[in-house]
Amino acid sequence: MEQTTNQLQEQFQQRVDEEQKIEPRDWMPEKYRQTLIRQISQHAHSEIIGMLPEGNWITRAPSLRRKAILLAKVQDEAGHGLYLYSAAETLGISRDEMYEQLHSGKAKYSSIFNYPTLSWADMGAIGWLVDGAAILNQIPLCRPSFGPYARAMVRVCKEESFHQRQGFECLLQLSKGSEVQRQMCQDAINRWWWPSLMMFGPKDDESPNSKLSMQWKIKRFTNDELRQKFVDMIAEQIKLLGMVLPDPDLKWNEQTKHYDYGAINWEEFKQVIQGNGPCNKERLEARKKAWADGAWVRDAATAHAAKQANKKAKANSLTKETQQP
Amino acid sequence: MRLIIQKYLYGDYGDGHAGGLEKASNQDQQKEWPLWEVFIRSKQGLDHKHAGSLHAADAIMALENARDVYTRRNEGMSIWVVESKHIHASDPDAAAEFFEPANDKIYRHPSFYDLPDSLKHM
Ligand SMILES: [Fe+2]
Ligand SMILES: [Fe+2]
Repeated sequence: MEQTTNQLQEQFQQRVDEEQKIEPRDWMPEKYRQTLIRQISQHAHSEIIGMLPEGNWITRAPSLRRKAILLAKVQDEAGHGLYLYSAAETLGISRDEMYEQLHSGKAKYSSIFNYPTLSWADMGAIGWLVDGAAILNQIPLCRPSFGPYARAMVRVCKEESFHQRQGFECLLQLSKGSEVQRQMCQDAINRWWWPSLMMFGPKDDESPNSKLSMQWKIKRFTNDELRQKFVDMIAEQIKLLGMVLPDPDLKWNEQTKHYDYGAINWEEFKQVIQGNGPCNKERLEARKKAWADGAWVRDAATAHAAKQANKKAKANSLTKETQQP
Repeated sequence: MRLIIQKYLYGDYGDGHAGGLEKASNQDQQKEWPLWEVFIRSKQGLDHKHAGSLHAADAIMALENARDVYTRRNEGMSIWVVESKHIHASDPDAAAEFFEPANDKIYRHPSFYDLPDSLKHM
Protein backbone atom coordinates (compact mmCIF):
# COMPACT_ATOMS: atom_id res chain seq x y z
CA MET A 1 0.00 0.00 0.00
CA GLU A 2 1.24 3.45 -0.87
CA GLN A 3 2.23 5.47 2.16
CA THR A 4 1.86 9.19 2.14
CA THR A 5 4.88 11.43 2.53
CA ASN A 6 3.42 12.66 5.78
CA GLN A 7 3.32 9.18 7.24
CA LEU A 8 6.85 8.46 6.11
CA GLN A 9 7.98 11.75 7.53
CA GLU A 10 6.37 10.92 10.86
CA GLN A 11 7.93 7.47 10.98
CA PHE A 12 11.28 8.98 10.09
CA GLN A 13 11.14 11.57 12.86
CA GLN A 14 10.03 8.95 15.33
CA ARG A 15 13.05 6.81 14.51
CA VAL A 16 15.33 9.79 14.90
CA ASP A 17 13.71 10.71 18.23
CA GLU A 18 14.29 7.16 19.45
CA GLU A 19 17.97 7.54 18.57
CA GLN A 20 17.75 4.89 15.87
CA LYS A 21 20.22 5.37 13.04
CA ILE A 22 19.11 6.16 9.53
CA GLU A 23 20.97 4.12 6.90
CA PRO A 24 21.57 5.14 3.26
CA ARG A 25 18.75 3.17 1.66
CA ASP A 26 16.12 4.02 4.27
CA TRP A 27 13.47 6.56 3.42
CA MET A 28 14.49 10.07 4.41
CA PRO A 29 13.11 13.54 3.69
CA GLU A 30 14.78 15.05 0.65
CA LYS A 31 15.83 18.07 2.68
CA TYR A 32 17.54 15.80 5.22
CA ARG A 33 19.49 14.18 2.40
CA GLN A 34 20.49 17.52 0.91
CA THR A 35 21.43 19.02 4.26
CA LEU A 36 23.60 16.02 5.08
CA ILE A 37 25.27 16.05 1.67
CA ARG A 38 26.11 19.71 2.20
CA GLN A 39 27.29 19.27 5.76
CA ILE A 40 29.37 16.12 5.20
CA SER A 41 30.95 17.28 1.94
CA GLN A 42 31.83 20.68 3.42
CA HIS A 43 33.42 18.87 6.30
CA ALA A 44 35.37 16.66 3.88
CA HIS A 45 36.50 19.69 1.87
CA SER A 46 37.72 21.32 5.09
CA GLU A 47 39.87 18.31 5.91
CA ILE A 48 41.39 18.33 2.42
CA ILE A 49 41.98 22.09 2.20
CA GLY A 50 43.14 21.95 5.82
CA MET A 51 46.22 20.02 4.69
CA LEU A 52 47.52 23.03 2.77
CA PRO A 53 48.42 25.49 5.55
CA GLU A 54 50.26 22.75 7.45
CA GLY A 55 51.75 21.04 4.42
CA ASN A 56 53.45 24.37 3.92
CA TRP A 57 55.78 23.63 6.88
CA ILE A 58 56.62 19.95 6.41
CA THR A 59 59.88 20.60 4.59
CA ARG A 60 60.87 23.28 7.11
CA ALA A 61 60.07 21.48 10.35
CA PRO A 62 62.81 22.21 12.90
CA SER A 63 63.66 18.58 13.62
CA LEU A 64 63.16 15.11 12.22
CA ARG A 65 60.81 14.32 15.10
CA ARG A 66 58.66 17.34 14.33
CA LYS A 67 58.69 16.54 10.65
CA ALA A 68 57.50 12.98 11.22
CA ILE A 69 54.73 14.23 13.54
CA LEU A 70 53.53 16.89 11.13
CA LEU A 71 53.61 14.46 8.23
CA ALA A 72 51.50 11.97 10.19
CA LYS A 73 49.03 14.68 11.14
CA VAL A 74 48.60 15.94 7.60
CA GLN A 75 48.18 12.35 6.40
CA ASP A 76 45.45 11.87 9.01
CA GLU A 77 43.61 14.91 7.66
CA ALA A 78 43.68 13.35 4.20
CA GLY A 79 42.22 10.22 5.75
CA HIS A 80 39.47 12.24 7.44
CA GLY A 81 38.56 13.78 4.11
CA LEU A 82 38.36 10.33 2.54
CA TYR A 83 36.18 8.82 5.31
CA LEU A 84 33.79 11.73 4.96
CA TYR A 85 33.63 11.76 1.16
CA SER A 86 32.73 8.06 1.33
CA ALA A 87 29.99 8.77 3.85
CA ALA A 88 28.57 11.53 1.62
CA GLU A 89 28.65 9.22 -1.40
CA THR A 90 26.20 6.85 0.28
CA LEU A 91 23.64 9.65 -0.04
CA GLY A 92 23.83 9.54 -3.82
CA ILE A 93 26.37 12.18 -4.79
CA SER A 94 29.54 11.15 -6.64
CA ARG A 95 33.06 11.99 -5.57
CA ASP A 96 33.65 13.91 -8.78
CA GLU A 97 30.52 16.00 -8.25
CA MET A 98 31.78 16.97 -4.82
CA TYR A 99 35.22 17.90 -6.16
CA GLU A 100 33.54 19.92 -8.87
CA GLN A 101 31.54 21.83 -6.25
CA LEU A 102 34.70 22.55 -4.28
CA HIS A 103 36.71 23.64 -7.31
CA SER A 104 33.98 25.88 -8.70
CA GLY A 105 33.59 27.61 -5.36
CA LYS A 106 30.01 26.40 -5.00
CA ALA A 107 30.85 24.36 -1.91
CA LYS A 108 32.41 26.03 1.10
CA TYR A 109 35.03 24.77 3.51
CA SER A 110 35.96 25.98 6.98
CA SER A 111 37.03 29.63 6.79
CA ILE A 112 39.93 29.04 9.19
CA PHE A 113 42.06 27.56 6.42
CA ASN A 114 42.09 30.84 4.55
CA TYR A 115 44.57 32.30 7.02
CA PRO A 116 48.33 32.07 6.32
CA THR A 117 50.84 30.03 8.33
CA LEU A 118 53.62 32.54 8.86
CA SER A 119 55.91 30.87 11.38
CA TRP A 120 56.68 27.44 12.79
CA ALA A 121 54.72 28.34 15.93
CA ASP A 122 51.59 28.35 13.75
CA MET A 123 51.87 24.55 13.58
CA GLY A 124 51.52 24.47 17.34
CA ALA A 125 48.71 27.02 17.41
CA ILE A 126 46.76 25.18 14.71
CA GLY A 127 47.04 21.85 16.52
CA TRP A 128 46.04 23.32 19.86
CA LEU A 129 43.39 25.87 18.81
CA VAL A 130 42.10 24.81 15.39
CA ASP A 131 42.09 21.07 16.02
CA GLY A 132 40.89 21.82 19.54
CA ALA A 133 37.90 23.73 18.21
CA ALA A 134 37.31 21.04 15.59
CA ILE A 135 37.25 18.36 18.28
CA LEU A 136 34.55 20.17 20.24
CA ASN A 137 32.52 20.50 17.06
CA GLN A 138 33.11 16.89 16.12
CA ILE A 139 32.51 14.95 19.32
CA PRO A 140 28.71 15.44 19.22
CA LEU A 141 28.86 14.45 15.54
CA CYS A 142 29.96 10.96 16.52
CA ARG A 143 26.29 10.22 17.21
CA PRO A 144 24.32 11.96 14.51
CA SER A 145 21.21 10.24 13.19
CA PHE A 146 22.86 9.19 9.92
CA GLY A 147 24.79 5.91 10.27
CA PRO A 148 27.67 6.31 7.78
CA TYR A 149 28.37 9.83 9.07
CA ALA A 150 28.46 8.58 12.65
CA ARG A 151 30.86 5.77 11.78
CA ALA A 152 33.18 8.10 9.86
CA MET A 153 33.17 10.60 12.72
CA VAL A 154 34.07 7.96 15.31
CA ARG A 155 37.27 7.32 13.35
CA VAL A 156 37.96 11.01 12.94
CA CYS A 157 37.52 11.76 16.64
CA LYS A 158 39.79 8.90 17.67
CA GLU A 159 42.58 10.38 15.57
CA GLU A 160 42.09 14.03 16.47
CA SER A 161 43.32 13.84 20.02
CA PHE A 162 46.93 13.36 18.96
CA HIS A 163 46.59 16.43 16.73
CA GLN A 164 45.70 18.68 19.62
CA ARG A 165 48.27 17.19 21.96
CA GLN A 166 51.17 17.54 19.52
CA GLY A 167 50.15 21.17 18.94
CA PHE A 168 50.15 21.99 22.62
CA GLU A 169 53.46 20.21 23.11
CA CYS A 170 54.97 22.22 20.27
CA LEU A 171 53.87 25.51 21.89
CA LEU A 172 54.93 24.34 25.33
CA GLN A 173 58.43 23.78 24.05
CA LEU A 174 58.52 27.21 22.42
CA SER A 175 57.15 28.81 25.59
CA LYS A 176 60.15 27.47 27.50
CA GLY A 177 62.61 28.62 24.85
CA SER A 178 64.45 31.83 24.08
CA GLU A 179 62.84 35.27 24.08
CA VAL A 180 62.41 35.09 20.30
CA GLN A 181 60.74 31.70 20.55
CA ARG A 182 58.40 32.96 23.27
CA GLN A 183 57.44 35.89 21.09
CA MET A 184 56.82 33.58 18.17
CA CYS A 185 54.55 31.49 20.36
CA GLN A 186 52.53 34.51 21.57
CA ASP A 187 52.30 35.92 18.06
CA ALA A 188 50.86 32.68 16.69
CA ILE A 189 48.28 32.56 19.49
CA ASN A 190 47.34 36.18 18.80
CA ARG A 191 46.70 35.49 15.14
CA TRP A 192 44.81 32.17 15.53
CA TRP A 193 42.63 32.95 18.54
CA TRP A 194 39.84 34.95 16.92
CA PRO A 195 39.59 32.89 13.73
CA SER A 196 39.35 29.80 15.96
CA LEU A 197 36.36 31.29 17.78
CA MET A 198 34.71 31.89 14.42
CA MET A 199 35.02 28.18 13.60
CA PHE A 200 31.89 27.53 15.65
CA GLY A 201 29.86 29.54 13.16
CA PRO A 202 27.52 32.52 13.52
CA LYS A 203 25.81 33.42 16.78
CA ASP A 204 22.77 31.31 17.60
CA ASP A 205 20.23 33.98 16.70
CA GLU A 206 21.83 34.29 13.26
CA SER A 207 22.03 30.60 12.54
CA PRO A 208 18.72 29.85 10.79
CA ASN A 209 19.34 26.20 9.86
CA SER A 210 20.19 25.14 13.37
CA LYS A 211 16.68 24.32 14.54
CA LEU A 212 15.95 21.74 11.87
CA SER A 213 19.42 20.24 12.21
CA MET A 214 18.86 19.82 15.94
CA GLN A 215 15.49 18.18 15.31
CA TRP A 216 17.16 15.76 12.91
CA LYS A 217 20.00 15.13 15.35
CA ILE A 218 22.72 16.06 12.92
CA LYS A 219 23.58 18.85 15.32
CA ARG A 220 23.43 18.47 19.10
CA PHE A 221 24.67 21.71 20.61
CA THR A 222 24.29 25.28 19.44
CA ASN A 223 27.20 27.28 18.06
CA ASP A 224 27.38 29.53 21.11
CA GLU A 225 27.26 26.61 23.55
CA LEU A 226 30.24 24.99 21.89
CA ARG A 227 32.09 28.29 21.59
CA GLN A 228 31.70 28.92 25.32
CA LYS A 229 32.99 25.44 26.08
CA PHE A 230 36.05 26.17 23.95
CA VAL A 231 36.77 29.51 25.62
CA ASP A 232 36.51 27.94 29.08
CA MET A 233 38.86 25.16 28.08
CA ILE A 234 41.51 27.30 26.39
CA ALA A 235 41.46 30.09 28.99
CA GLU A 236 42.62 27.51 31.54
CA GLN A 237 45.08 25.64 29.32
CA ILE A 238 46.93 28.78 28.28
CA LYS A 239 48.06 29.32 31.85
CA LEU A 240 50.42 26.36 31.43
CA LEU A 241 52.05 28.14 28.51
CA GLY A 242 52.48 31.40 30.42
CA MET A 243 50.99 33.20 27.42
CA VAL A 244 47.87 35.37 27.13
CA LEU A 245 44.84 35.37 24.87
CA PRO A 246 44.48 38.56 22.80
CA ASP A 247 41.21 39.62 24.42
CA PRO A 248 41.16 42.38 27.08
CA ASP A 249 37.55 41.48 27.93
CA LEU A 250 38.32 37.88 28.77
CA LYS A 251 37.59 37.22 32.42
CA TRP A 252 36.09 34.64 34.74
CA ASN A 253 32.46 35.30 35.61
CA GLU A 254 31.69 34.05 39.13
CA GLN A 255 27.94 34.11 38.48
CA THR A 256 27.77 32.16 35.25
CA LYS A 257 30.80 30.02 36.11
CA HIS A 258 32.09 30.68 32.62
CA TYR A 259 34.62 33.00 31.03
CA ASP A 260 33.21 36.17 29.50
CA TYR A 261 34.85 37.13 26.23
CA GLY A 262 34.95 40.12 23.90
CA ALA A 263 32.98 40.76 20.72
CA ILE A 264 33.88 38.71 17.66
CA ASN A 265 34.49 40.59 14.42
CA TRP A 266 31.69 39.05 12.36
CA GLU A 267 32.41 41.34 9.44
CA GLU A 268 35.78 39.65 9.05
CA PHE A 269 34.08 36.25 9.22
CA LYS A 270 31.65 37.25 6.48
CA GLN A 271 34.45 38.57 4.29
CA VAL A 272 36.49 35.37 4.59
CA ILE A 273 33.44 33.20 3.86
CA GLN A 274 32.70 35.30 0.80
CA GLY A 275 36.16 34.63 -0.57
CA ASN A 276 38.02 37.73 0.58
CA GLY A 277 40.20 36.17 3.27
CA PRO A 278 43.98 36.43 3.05
CA CYS A 279 44.46 33.05 1.33
CA ASN A 280 41.14 32.02 -0.26
CA LYS A 281 42.46 32.35 -3.78
CA GLU A 282 45.76 30.66 -3.06
CA ARG A 283 44.10 27.66 -1.35
CA LEU A 284 41.60 27.00 -4.11
CA GLU A 285 44.25 27.47 -6.76
CA ALA A 286 46.58 24.99 -5.04
CA ARG A 287 43.76 22.47 -4.77
CA LYS A 288 42.75 22.84 -8.41
CA LYS A 289 46.35 22.57 -9.55
CA ALA A 290 46.85 19.36 -7.56
CA TRP A 291 43.71 17.91 -9.15
CA ALA A 292 44.74 18.94 -12.67
CA ASP A 293 48.35 17.80 -12.25
CA GLY A 294 47.15 14.42 -11.03
CA ALA A 295 44.91 13.81 -14.04
CA TRP A 296 47.50 11.85 -16.02
CA VAL A 297 48.18 9.61 -13.02
CA ARG A 298 44.49 8.81 -12.67
CA ASP A 299 44.19 8.14 -16.40
CA ALA A 300 47.32 5.98 -16.43
CA ALA A 301 46.05 3.89 -13.52
CA THR A 302 42.72 3.39 -15.26
CA ALA A 303 44.46 2.38 -18.49
CA HIS A 304 46.77 0.01 -16.62
CA ALA A 305 43.86 -1.62 -14.82
CA ALA A 306 41.98 -2.10 -18.10
CA LYS A 307 45.07 -3.61 -19.72
CA GLN A 308 45.63 -6.04 -16.85
CA ALA A 309 41.96 -7.05 -16.87
CA ASN A 310 42.19 -7.63 -20.60
CA LYS A 311 45.31 -9.76 -20.29
CA LYS A 312 43.69 -11.84 -17.61
CA ALA A 313 40.57 -12.37 -19.68
CA LYS A 314 42.66 -13.48 -22.65
CA ALA A 315 44.72 -15.86 -20.54
CA ASN A 316 41.52 -17.33 -19.12
CA SER A 317 39.97 -17.97 -22.48
CA LEU A 318 43.25 -19.49 -23.65
CA THR A 319 43.32 -22.00 -20.78
CA LYS A 320 39.71 -22.83 -21.50
CA GLU A 321 40.56 -23.56 -25.11
CA THR A 322 43.50 -25.77 -24.24
CA GLN A 323 41.37 -27.60 -21.70
CA GLN A 324 38.97 -28.59 -24.36
CA PRO A 325 39.22 -32.26 -25.26
CA MET B 1 4.87 9.30 -2.93
CA ARG B 2 7.95 7.17 -2.63
CA LEU B 3 11.26 8.55 -3.52
CA ILE B 4 13.24 6.45 -5.92
CA ILE B 5 16.95 7.03 -5.92
CA GLN B 6 18.80 5.85 -8.93
CA LYS B 7 22.27 6.83 -7.91
CA TYR B 8 24.75 4.37 -6.48
CA LEU B 9 24.16 3.65 -2.84
CA TYR B 10 25.61 0.81 -0.82
CA GLY B 11 24.05 -2.42 -1.92
CA ASP B 12 22.21 -0.77 -4.76
CA TYR B 13 24.45 -2.16 -7.43
CA GLY B 14 22.48 -4.55 -9.58
CA ASP B 15 23.90 -6.47 -12.51
CA GLY B 16 22.56 -3.80 -14.82
CA HIS B 17 24.82 -1.19 -13.31
CA ALA B 18 28.25 -0.78 -14.77
CA GLY B 19 30.93 0.19 -12.29
CA GLY B 20 33.90 2.42 -12.83
CA LEU B 21 36.03 0.79 -15.48
CA GLU B 22 33.19 -0.01 -17.83
CA LYS B 23 32.13 3.56 -17.43
CA ALA B 24 35.58 4.97 -18.03
CA SER B 25 35.66 3.56 -21.53
CA ASN B 26 32.52 5.57 -22.13
CA GLN B 27 34.34 8.67 -23.39
CA ASP B 28 32.64 11.73 -21.95
CA GLN B 29 31.17 9.80 -19.03
CA GLN B 30 32.73 10.50 -15.66
CA LYS B 31 36.18 9.02 -15.26
CA GLU B 32 35.85 8.10 -11.62
CA TRP B 33 37.67 5.02 -10.40
CA PRO B 34 35.30 2.30 -9.21
CA LEU B 35 34.12 2.23 -5.62
CA TRP B 36 35.34 -0.58 -3.35
CA GLU B 37 34.10 -1.76 0.02
CA VAL B 38 36.80 -2.45 2.60
CA PHE B 39 36.64 -5.20 5.24
CA ILE B 40 39.27 -5.46 7.94
CA ARG B 41 40.25 -8.24 10.32
CA SER B 42 41.53 -6.39 13.36
CA LYS B 43 43.19 -9.44 14.86
CA GLN B 44 43.66 -13.12 14.24
CA GLY B 45 40.55 -15.04 15.22
CA LEU B 46 38.07 -12.23 14.55
CA ASP B 47 35.79 -11.72 11.56
CA HIS B 48 36.53 -9.23 8.83
CA LYS B 49 34.33 -6.22 9.49
CA HIS B 50 33.15 -3.53 7.10
CA ALA B 51 35.32 -0.45 7.59
CA GLY B 52 34.20 1.87 4.81
CA SER B 53 34.79 2.41 1.14
CA LEU B 54 37.23 4.02 -1.26
CA HIS B 55 37.97 4.53 -4.93
CA ALA B 56 40.73 2.67 -6.74
CA ALA B 57 41.54 1.68 -10.30
CA ASP B 58 42.06 -2.01 -9.50
CA ALA B 59 42.18 -4.51 -6.65
CA ILE B 60 45.87 -4.03 -5.85
CA MET B 61 45.45 -0.30 -5.59
CA ALA B 62 42.30 -0.79 -3.53
CA LEU B 63 44.23 -2.94 -1.04
CA GLU B 64 47.09 -0.46 -0.78
CA ASN B 65 44.74 2.49 -0.40
CA ALA B 66 42.73 0.59 2.19
CA ARG B 67 45.91 0.03 4.18
CA ASP B 68 46.75 3.75 4.05
CA VAL B 69 43.24 5.01 4.73
CA TYR B 70 41.93 2.50 7.27
CA THR B 71 44.93 0.98 9.06
CA ARG B 72 47.32 3.81 9.92
CA ARG B 73 47.32 2.72 13.56
CA ASN B 74 47.50 -1.05 13.36
CA GLU B 75 43.75 -1.44 13.06
CA GLY B 76 44.14 -4.50 10.92
CA MET B 77 46.22 -7.51 9.98
CA SER B 78 44.15 -8.61 7.00
CA ILE B 79 42.11 -6.69 4.44
CA TRP B 80 39.42 -7.73 1.99
CA VAL B 81 38.25 -5.43 -0.77
CA VAL B 82 35.32 -6.02 -3.05
CA GLU B 83 34.00 -3.78 -5.77
CA SER B 84 30.82 -2.22 -4.42
CA LYS B 85 28.84 -3.18 -7.49
CA HIS B 86 29.18 -6.83 -6.50
CA ILE B 87 27.37 -6.37 -3.20
CA HIS B 88 23.75 -7.42 -3.15
CA ALA B 89 21.65 -6.21 -0.28
CA SER B 90 18.25 -6.97 1.16
CA ASP B 91 15.66 -4.28 0.68
CA PRO B 92 15.20 -2.13 3.80
CA ASP B 93 11.61 -1.35 2.81
CA ALA B 94 10.81 -5.05 2.76
CA ALA B 95 12.68 -5.78 5.99
CA ALA B 96 9.49 -6.41 7.96
CA GLU B 97 8.28 -9.24 5.70
CA PHE B 98 11.76 -10.50 4.94
CA PHE B 99 12.73 -11.11 8.54
CA GLU B 100 9.23 -11.86 9.80
CA PRO B 101 9.50 -15.69 9.87
CA ALA B 102 12.11 -15.45 12.63
CA ASN B 103 9.90 -13.30 14.80
CA ASP B 104 7.24 -15.72 16.00
CA LYS B 105 9.53 -18.66 16.69
CA ILE B 106 10.31 -17.74 20.24
CA TYR B 107 10.75 -21.43 21.10
CA ARG B 108 14.16 -21.14 19.42
CA HIS B 109 15.41 -19.25 22.45
CA PRO B 110 16.39 -21.01 25.67
CA SER B 111 14.40 -18.50 27.72
CA PHE B 112 11.16 -19.91 26.22
CA TYR B 113 11.33 -22.95 28.48
CA ASP B 114 10.05 -22.60 32.03
CA LEU B 115 11.92 -25.13 34.14
CA PRO B 116 12.23 -25.60 37.93
CA ASP B 117 14.99 -23.65 39.65
CA SER B 118 16.24 -26.85 41.24
CA LEU B 119 17.35 -28.08 37.84
CA LYS B 120 21.12 -27.54 37.74
CA HIS B 121 23.70 -27.33 34.99
CA MET B 122 21.28 -26.46 32.20
FE1 LIG C 1 40.75 16.23 10.80
FE1 LIG D 1 43.05 17.31 12.92
